Amino acid sequence: MSHFDRYRQPLKNARGLGSAKDGVHHFIVQRVTAVALLFLSVYFLVFVVGLIGVDYASARAAVAHPCNAVLLIAFLIASIWHGELGLQVIIEDYVHTPGLALTSRLVIKFVCVLVALASILAVVRIALGA
Amino acid sequence: MSSTVRPLSPHLQVYRWQIQMVTSILHRATGIVLALGSLLVAAALVALASGPEAWAKVVALATSWYGLIVLVGWTWCLAYHWLNGIRHLLQDAGLGYSIERFVANSWISVIGSLVLTAIVWFVIYAHGGLA
Repeated sequence: MSHFDRYRQPLKNARGLGSAKDGVHHFIVQRVTAVALLFLSVYFLVFVVGLIGVDYASARAAVAHPCNAVLLIAFLIASIWHGELGLQVIIEDYVHTPGLALTSRLVIKFVCVLVALASILAVVRIALGA
Repeated sequence: MSSTVRPLSPHLQVYRWQIQMVTSILHRATGIVLALGSLLVAAALVALASGPEAWAKVVALATSWYGLIVLVGWTWCLAYHWLNGIRHLLQDAGLGYSIERFVANSWISVIGSLVLTAIVWFVIYAHGGLA
């Protein structure tokens, strides 16, 4: 035992060795977004069903309403974040080649961020009347 | 040394199909579909922000026969992932783990999702359908 090892917990050697390279943060965020989506996905479904048959101006006005704009952006963030976490787990479980796993995780992350930014910008543009 | 091509762990094909594995596989499958659905949500919102012509294309796609198939399938994926997600959250809290209850609440997810989908589309058609 070296001089420093007397002050180190065995936990230090175990940290970061799981397939996700981190601790329970992923698990917790997946559950927190899940609880948010229990409500937000029902809201989104009701909102979309309410848009059936309305004309373009009415659809824009519905999205532009501040309550809807805020809840839609909340739904977009929660659902895309939750989806990115879920797809990451599937990659970790089934893709066993480290290079391919890293590449596919990066691609999924980048696509998710771009989809989130594009859809949120669209809601903001509609809400601000641009 | 013996061959390196040796059985590693039991894989799906050695199990008899049972409802517990169906619910688990469906949760992942519907999750993938819903993640792909986010692309369609984003496309529809971008179209709505772009102008009436782009939005008319979204409406035309959504009201076509293949659009209807996608929307009904999407509704079921959401209903299933939502119901089975509640089941998973309850399991995270340590509930429903006895074998009988696990099997029973698996069936609730599968049958309940079909019932929820039917209710949503009944409401839509009771109000005049997609057109």
